[in-house]
Amino acid sequence: MNFKKNLLSVLILGVAIMFTSCGGNGSSNTSSSDSRSTSGSNEILAAGSSFVNPLFSKMFSIYNQQKGIKVNYQSIGSGGGIKQLENKIVDFGASDNPLSDEQMSQSPSPIIHIPDCLGAVTIAYNLPDNPTLKFTPEVLSDIYLGVLTKWNDPKIQTLNPDVKLPDLAISVIHRSDGSGTSFIFSDYLSKVSDAWKSKVGKGQSLNWPVGLGGKGNEGVAGLIKQTPGGIGYIELAYAIQNKMPVASLKNKSGNFVVPTLASTSASANVDIPADMRVSITNTDAPDGYPICSFSYILLYKDLSYNIKSEEKAKNLLDLVKWIITDGQQYSESLNYAKLPQSVVQKSQDILKTVTYNNKPLQ
Amino acid sequence: MNGVLSFKAKGINFKEKAFRKSLALSAIFAVIILIAIFFTLLINSLPSIKAIGAKFFYETTWDPVADKFGALPFLVGTLLTSFLALIISTPFSIAVAIFLGEYYKTGPVAEVFKNIIDLLAGIPSVIYGFWGLFVLVPLVRQLEIKFNVPPYGVGIFTSAVILSIMILPYSVSLSRQVISMAPSHLKEAAYSLGATRWEVISKIIIPYTKSGLFAGLLLALGRALGETMAVTMLIGNTHALPTGIFSPGNTMASVIANEFNEATGPVYTSALIEMGLFLFVVATIINIIGKQIIKRFTLD
Amino acid sequence: MELVLDAELSKKKKLTQSRLAAKHIGRRNRKNTFFKGLIIAATIISTFPLLLILFYIFKQGVASLNWQFVTSLPKPVGEAGGGVSNALVGSIMILLVSCGIAIPLGIVIGIYLSEEKKSSLSYYCQLAVDVLQGIPSIVIGIIIYEWVVRPMGGFSALSGSVALALMMLPSIIKATEETLKLLPESLKEASLALGVPYYKTIMKVIVPTGLSGIFTGVILSIARVIGETAPLLFTAFGNPFMSTNILKPMSSLPLIIFNYATSPYDDWHQLAWGASMVLILMILILNIITKLVQRKWKVQF
Repeated sequence: MNFKKNLLSVLILGVAIMFTSCGGNGSSNTSSSDSRSTSGSNEILAAGSSFVNPLFSKMFSIYNQQKGIKVNYQSIGSGGGIKQLENKIVDFGASDNPLSDEQMSQSPSPIIHIPDCLGAVTIAYNLPDNPTLKFTPEVLSDIYLGVLTKWNDPKIQTLNPDVKLPDLAISVIHRSDGSGTSFIFSDYLSKVSDAWKSKVGKGQSLNWPVGLGGKGNEGVAGLIKQTPGGIGYIELAYAIQNKMPVASLKNKSGNFVVPTLASTSASANVDIPADMRVSITNTDAPDGYPICSFSYILLYKDLSYNIKSEEKAKNLLDLVKWIITDGQQYSESLNYAKLPQSVVQKSQDILKTVTYNNKPLQ
Repeated sequence: MNGVLSFKAKGINFKEKAFRKSLALSAIFAVIILIAIFFTLLINSLPSIKAIGAKFFYETTWDPVADKFGALPFLVGTLLTSFLALIISTPFSIAVAIFLGEYYKTGPVAEVFKNIIDLLAGIPSVIYGFWGLFVLVPLVRQLEIKFNVPPYGVGIFTSAVILSIMILPYSVSLSRQVISMAPSHLKEAAYSLGATRWEVISKIIIPYTKSGLFAGLLLALGRALGETMAVTMLIGNTHALPTGIFSPGNTMASVIANEFNEATGPVYTSALIEMGLFLFVVATIINIIGKQIIKRFTLD
Repeated sequence: MELVLDAELSKKKKLTQSRLAAKHIGRRNRKNTFFKGLIIAATIISTFPLLLILFYIFKQGVASLNWQFVTSLPKPVGEAGGGVSNALVGSIMILLVSCGIAIPLGIVIGIYLSEEKKSSLSYYCQLAVDVLQGIPSIVIGIIIYEWVVRPMGGFSALSGSVALALMMLPSIIKATEETLKLLPESLKEASLALGVPYYKTIMKVIVPTGLSGIFTGVILSIARVIGETAPLLFTAFGNPFMSTNILKPMSSLPLIIFNYATSPYDDWHQLAWGASMVLILMILILNIITKLVQRKWKVQF
C-alpha cells in the first residue's frame, strides 16, 4: 500500500512536470513546428502601435467593405506588436519605431519595415481657456525630468508672455505600456537634452523620473483630458479628436512650429535609407515639426515563416500594398500626413522582394 | 441462471471499478493541475531568477530598456494598497459582521443587508475600476487640491479605497459566520450576570471569535494582493517608488497586466512571470493559513 | 451596639453600591445604545458604495440601451453608433465552452471529495482546490498563455474558456461537495441495501437529490467569471468583428469595458456604460435565479 502511494505521487509529479514543459519552454522561442497563426485566409490578425490606431481602424473598416477581408487589429502598443510578431502569433505587427540592429539580428527570419503613415507626436495639456503655449526643447525636457513642477514657473512664463499661467502643479503623463510613441518622444528628448540622454535615454518602456502612466495613446489622452494641469505626449489625431490644445515647439532651426499636416510632411523632407529605418525627430527641415515619425508595418520577408496559407499571404501583401497607395487617401482627414511619394516608391520596391516559401509572391 | 447473473454481476463490477477509478482520476487531475501551475511559473521564472537573483526584490529601478528589473516599487505598491485597503475596510467589515451575526441574524433586515453585501462581491473588478475612474477619481482630485498635492486623482490612495470596498464582502462573510456561531451558553451566562448586549459582544463574542475574525481578514488580504483590473485602472501606472499616499504607483498584478503582452526578450517576460510566481506563493500561503485557522476554530 | 453599627454600615454600603450601580448602569446602557447605533450606521455606510455604483451605472447606461446597441458591431474611432453585439456573443460563447469544461469535471471531483473523506488523495485534492480558489486571476492568465496560447500559436476564445474554467472549478467543486455532504447517509445506504450498484446510487439517487445545490453552485460560479477580464487579456485577446469560431480571438464584454473605459473618447465611454449595465443585469439575473432555485427546489430532510 505504501509502495503504491509513493508510486502514485511520483507519477503525479511526473505528469505535472511533463505538462508544464511541453507547454512552453523558454520565453522567446516557440518550439512547435506548426505554431503558426491560426486565422482563416480572409481574416488577418495584427497588433501593435496605438499611434496609428485611428487611421488603421478607418482603413480596415473600409477595406472590409471593399474587399471582404477582415483585419483584426488590436492596439496594444508598439512593444506588443513586436513581441506578438516575434512569437508568430500575429500576421503582421505595427510599431512606431523600427527594430534596432540587435533586434533584427535576433530574429530567426528577416523582418521588413513598411511605413504606413507619417504622424506628429504633439504635446497636449489641460489648462483653463485652452491657450496655445510655446515650448523650447529645454523646457520640455525639464518638465519631463521633474525639474519644472509648476505651470507658472518663470521659464515657461517668459516663453508665453501673453498667457496668464495658473499656479497649478504640472501633472506629467507618460505611457505605461511598451510604446513606439514613447520611443519617438524620448528619441527626440535624447537628441536635444544631454541630461535626458544620460538619465533616461530612449526606448519604448522607460524609467520615467516623474508622472503618471496611461495605457496607449488612448489612455494618455484620457488622463490629460481628466487631469487639470496635465501634460502629455500623444499623436496628433488623438489631440484633434479630443479637442485638446497642443504646444508649438522650437525646432532645430529656431522656429516655433505648430504640429500640422504641412509641418509633419515637411519634417520628412530628408534622406530616407533603403530599408526605411530612420529617425526624423529634431528634423533639419526649417519648417518641420521636430517630433514626427513614420509608423511601420512589420512583416516577415518570407511570409511562410508565420502564415499558414499562400492565399492568406497574398491577401496580406495586397493589404499592405493598398495601405501605402489607395489607403493613403484617408490619412489627411484623420490628421496623418500622406506618405511622401519617394517613400511609397521605395516601399513598393521592398514589397517586391517578399517571398513565400522562398518563391517571390506577387 | 447462475451464468446469467454472474455475467451481469461481472458487467456491473467492471462499471463499479471504472466509476470509482474515474472519480479518483479526476481528483488526481486536480492535484496535477495545481502542481503543474506551480512548476510552469517556476520554470518560466528561471531565466529571470538566474539573471537577476535576489536583487529583484530590493532594486528600485524597473527599466526594461536597460535590462534592469528591480521590482521593489511594485512590491511596495502591492503592500501599501493592500494593507491600506485592509485598514480602511476592517472597521466596517467587523461592524457589518456583528450586525449580521448578532443583532440581525434573521428576518427581513438581515436578508436585505446580506443580499447587498453578496452583490458587492458579485460586481466585476473592471466595473469597479470604471466607476472609480469617473466617480472616485474626481473626488480624490478635490481632496488632493486641498492638500496641495499634484491632483492626479489616481494613485495609491484611490486604489486602496476601491480595494477596501471590494474586499469587504469576503471578510464579512467569514466573520459573520464565526460570530453567529459563538456558543449561546457563554452569552447567556454573561446576560444572566447583568451584562448589556454590547458588553456581551465586546467582552465575550469578539475575544472568543478572535481567530475566526483574523482568518477573515487574512482571506480579504489575500484577495486584495492579487486584485488586478480595478487597481490597474486607478493606480497611475508609474515605475517609480511611491513617495506618499497620493502618489501614483504600480502593483505587481497591474504591471503584469500592462506589460505582459509586449515584453520582449527572455529576461523581461520571465521577470513578469517571476512576479506572478511571487503572487501565487504569497496568496497560497495566506489562503492556507486562513483555512487552517478556520479549521482549528470550528473544531474547538 | 456593634451589630447595629454593622447593620448601618452594610446598609450604607448597599445603598452606595446600588447608587454606584445605578450610575454605572446608566453609563453602560448608554454605551450599549451608542455602539449599537455605531454598528448600524457603519453597516448602512457600507451599503452606500453598492447603491452608488448601481445607481451610477444605470443612470449612465440606460441612455445606451437600444436595439442598435445590442445588434451592431463597434464602429471605428470617431464614428457614431456602434454597439456591442460581438462582445455579447463572445461573452456567451466563451462561457458556454467554459461550462462545458468545468461543470462535468467540477461535479465529478465534488462527488469524489464528498464520498472519500478519509483518503490522503482526498486531503491533497481538497488542498489543491483551496489553493486554486485563491490564485489571482492575472496569474491564471499567464498560465493559460503558456499552456494553450503558445502551443496553439495564437490567441483564441478556447484559451479564454480554459482560463475561465479553471476559475470556475473551485466553486463548482465546493458547492457539489457541500451539497452532497448534507444529504443523509441513510439515502445512500437505502439505495445500496436495495441492491443498486454504487455508481448508479451516486448518479441516479444522490446527485439528482442534490441537484438544486449543485445547480446553484454552477450558476454562482458563472456569475463570478462572467465579469473576469484579467484572464482574457492574454488569451481571448479581443476582436472587432463578430466571430463564433472558438479557435480565433474573440471579443467579450469585460474586455471592451476595459478598453473603452480607458480611452479618451466620450462615445466609447457611453458604450462602456451600456456594456457595464448589460453585464450587471446578467449578474443580477443569475443571482436571482439562484435564490429562486434555492427556495423552490430545495430538498429538505
